Amino acid sequence: MATFNLNINGKKQQVDVDPATPMLWVLRDHLNLVGTKYGCGIAQCGACTIHLGDVAMRSCQLTVSQVGNQPVTTIEGLSETGDHPVQKAWLEHDVAQCGYCQAGQIMNAAAFLKANPNASDEEIEAAMNGNICRCGTYTRIKAAIKTAAG
Amino acid sequence: MTVIKTSYNRRSFLRTTALAGGGMMLGFSWLASCQPTAEEILAMPKEWFNINGFLKIGENGVVTIMSPNPEIGQNVKTSMPMIVAEELDTDWKNVIVEQAPLNTDLFVRQLAGGSQSIRQGWQALRMAGATARQMLKEAAAQAWQVPVAEVTTEAGVLHHKNSGKSAGYGEMASAAAKIPVPEEVTLKAVKDFKIIGTSKLNVDGKKIVTGQPLFGLDYKREGMLIAMITHAPAFGMKLKSVDDSAAKAMPGIKDVFVINSYNEDYGRQWCDTDAFNELVVVAGNTTWEVMNAKKALKIEWEAAPEQNISVAGFTGESKAVKIPAGLENTSDHVAKMAEMGAKLAKVVRRDGDPETAFKNAAQVIERNYTAPFLAHSTMEPMNFFAHVTADKAELVGPIQTPEFMEKSVAARLGLPLEKIDIQMTRQGGGFGRRLYGHFVVEAAVISQKMNAPIKLVYTREDDMTFGNYRPAYHVTYRAAFDANKNLTAFHVRSGGIPESSLAANRFPAGALDNYLAEDWALESNISVGAFRAPRSNFIAGAEQSFLDEVAEVMGKDPIAFRLELLDRAAKKPVGTENDYEAARYAGVLELVREKSGWGKDQPGVHRGVSAYFCHNSYVAQVLDIVVEDGKPVVQKVHCAVDCGIVINPIAAINLSEGGIVDGIGHAMYSAMTFKAGVPEQSNFDKYRLIRHSEAPKAIEVHFVKNEIDPTGLGEPVNPPIIGALANAIYKATGKRVYDQPFLGGTQVLG
Repeated sequence: MATFNLNINGKKQQVDVDPATPMLWVLRDHLNLVGTKYGCGIAQCGACTIHLGDVAMRSCQLTVSQVGNQPVTTIEGLSETGDHPVQKAWLEHDVAQCGYCQAGQIMNAAAFLKANPNASDEEIEAAMNGNICRCGTYTRIKAAIKTAAG
Repeated sequence: MTVIKTSYNRRSFLRTTALAGGGMMLGFSWLASCQPTAEEILAMPKEWFNINGFLKIGENGVVTIMSPNPEIGQNVKTSMPMIVAEELDTDWKNVIVEQAPLNTDLFVRQLAGGSQSIRQGWQALRMAGATARQMLKEAAAQAWQVPVAEVTTEAGVLHHKNSGKSAGYGEMASAAAKIPVPEEVTLKAVKDFKIIGTSKLNVDGKKIVTGQPLFGLDYKREGMLIAMITHAPAFGMKLKSVDDSAAKAMPGIKDVFVINSYNEDYGRQWCDTDAFNELVVVAGNTTWEVMNAKKALKIEWEAAPEQNISVAGFTGESKAVKIPAGLENTSDHVAKMAEMGAKLAKVVRRDGDPETAFKNAAQVIERNYTAPFLAHSTMEPMNFFAHVTADKAELVGPIQTPEFMEKSVAARLGLPLEKIDIQMTRQGGGFGRRLYGHFVVEAAVISQKMNAPIKLVYTREDDMTFGNYRPAYHVTYRAAFDANKNLTAFHVRSGGIPESSLAANRFPAGALDNYLAEDWALESNISVGAFRAPRSNFIAGAEQSFLDEVAEVMGKDPIAFRLELLDRAAKKPVGTENDYEAARYAGVLELVREKSGWGKDQPGVHRGVSAYFCHNSYVAQVLDIVVEDGKPVVQKVHCAVDCGIVINPIAAINLSEGGIVDGIGHAMYSAMTFKAGVPEQSNFDKYRLIRHSEAPKAIEVHFVKNEIDPTGLGEPVNPPIIGALANAIYKATGKRVYDQPFLGGTQVLG
């Protein structure tokens, strides 16, 4: 066990955990931020995507000890009131079916659009390929990303 | 306009305190409520008036509608309340939706399966709204001293034209709650619908995009422990011994013990599956700690003996089921299925004299189609919360069959049914996997043993290797032709492990003078279950591929050929047991032909068509492939659907798109294989699901417009696309594909 001082969604948080604990479980079990989802635990599905700084990361493979003082953003902190352009586009296109993977999809899309505001369809597909949606909402996700890009 | 008696499940329409006491804000926990945003809604009411089990009205006109069925992504939490709101004649923006708990007194068929929620809920939901509206009208008539027939409603407001009086529903709610339930009520005419048929956004949409707790895995309770199970690594094995000393000593671990999911003498229901009945449980404080301790278990397994159990089917009749001993291999499965496909099987339907027609044929074609076991792969792994005390059990989580599992839990714990309380969370996918709630029973047993609230969590590996898999299938089709290339006989021999996918009375039965259908099945100890559009998810694609080959032999256009058969089935059907309406079947084919511009040659575009009827809805699809850099790419899918009245178009289109993407994905990439009983894929690194770049670039969905009572959409759009895909692949590559997955796990469809 060790104490870690984290910056999560702009707030200072302190946790006392095994240094090998993935951020996924620090967020879900210790900080009660359950928007970040467990899907596979091996960085294959993208359901647990968060931002470390501006970079989309799979929180199931990112240990708490690797975070240091870099700011972490989760789906709960992407915007104050759910009005991030990606979130708004997701609502406008009524993307979700079961909805379980969508937080990860949104976090991945938001980081990608920030770095690539004028992406082509092919670039969007390549960037999103690590995020699985079992319900098959891919065409809507792409449409929403294009709406969010403006 | 329809007048209906309110006798159907009349208890639902009686005022009740079981669900929500007057004035009590029941359900405003995170679990159930969907609170619209402030700008969309009036202020929250100070008091609620229960009109019936489905709805309550606040003094300010805000309406809460209970959504009775499990929400697994099929969007019933939005569409079912829309039906109530329509007949209530209220304004959708003043509606709050809550997920109802399991309540067999108030609701019927609280089950997600078979694409039946809307179809079987339609009457009850309409009646709930219409009854409430009638009671509000009567309350207004009494208050205004006018005949009730002169009171009208519009968007949550009562009017009396002659006196110029009007009042919001909220003002009359208190009085309406005291009005006796009417003996009969008038339903709206379809042409007067204002909510049904208009697109309404998912009522949980905002919570989903902001990451609010909604799902079973998100559920928490003070003092709750996390529990995980370890099951035998292979089907056909069972527990021999456990050394838990290292695991027990690990940080955060409270206990390690062995449970039996079901008692030995328990008469199982159809949804009680227990391939691994003996489980090693680790319980502790946090998920990560329990995951680590699970890895430290030292367990010995041994061969499991043959089992003979009794299982009650969906309608209750029991049958004996043999679960053989042994460790099975996919290579053996494939060989045995091919062997069975070559032998005469059980004849299920024979029209005319197919044997003679085949003997006298100038040409016969025979094709075999296969598909592997599939894992459901819901993105949210199996999980459930349980808090069992001496005299009651509280259960919360994602389950498609709460009513059935309530019985399983009661039997296992030895508690009466009324002491079992099941609440449903939003579910991170179902696809049939959550029909089989062994994990609900396991959670209850673990909580009882720990004497504490627990949440049982499956890892992805636990989930994928403890499946109720889509069965493995094999089907042989034969067609006979005379010298003029006329189709003279049709033969289907269908089987699988452990079931056949045959539906002998479906098209093209009824359109052919000489028709033969046979059935076979092989035993297995690999546990299987319903998987989105059970059986149809395989046989539709095989049949529609074969019909394409038949049309080719005959030199006919694939759509024109199907329409000819359907015309025959409509005008002069063979047999009396045909379970489809040929005119509606033809209707979707004609619609997709028109919308896709079928027959107009587009250079570089290779098209395949398919049509199927299952789960009460008709679907036809045209799939376009283009070849880019030598790789086939699904460019576009045109889809025509006849599911009767469409409740919520935006969601219906979404669900149709999902069915298409899902069908293409599984047919192209997915397979669950076994070696010595061990599932060879345990996570998404080896088990391939379709990904973004592999989805169709565009999907167009069109609905046949009619006033037929609505049927479901979760399943019927899924099966036919596999046929359209196979037929388009043939056009693009010149090669027919017969064995799923069409591309191996490592290949990529562009």
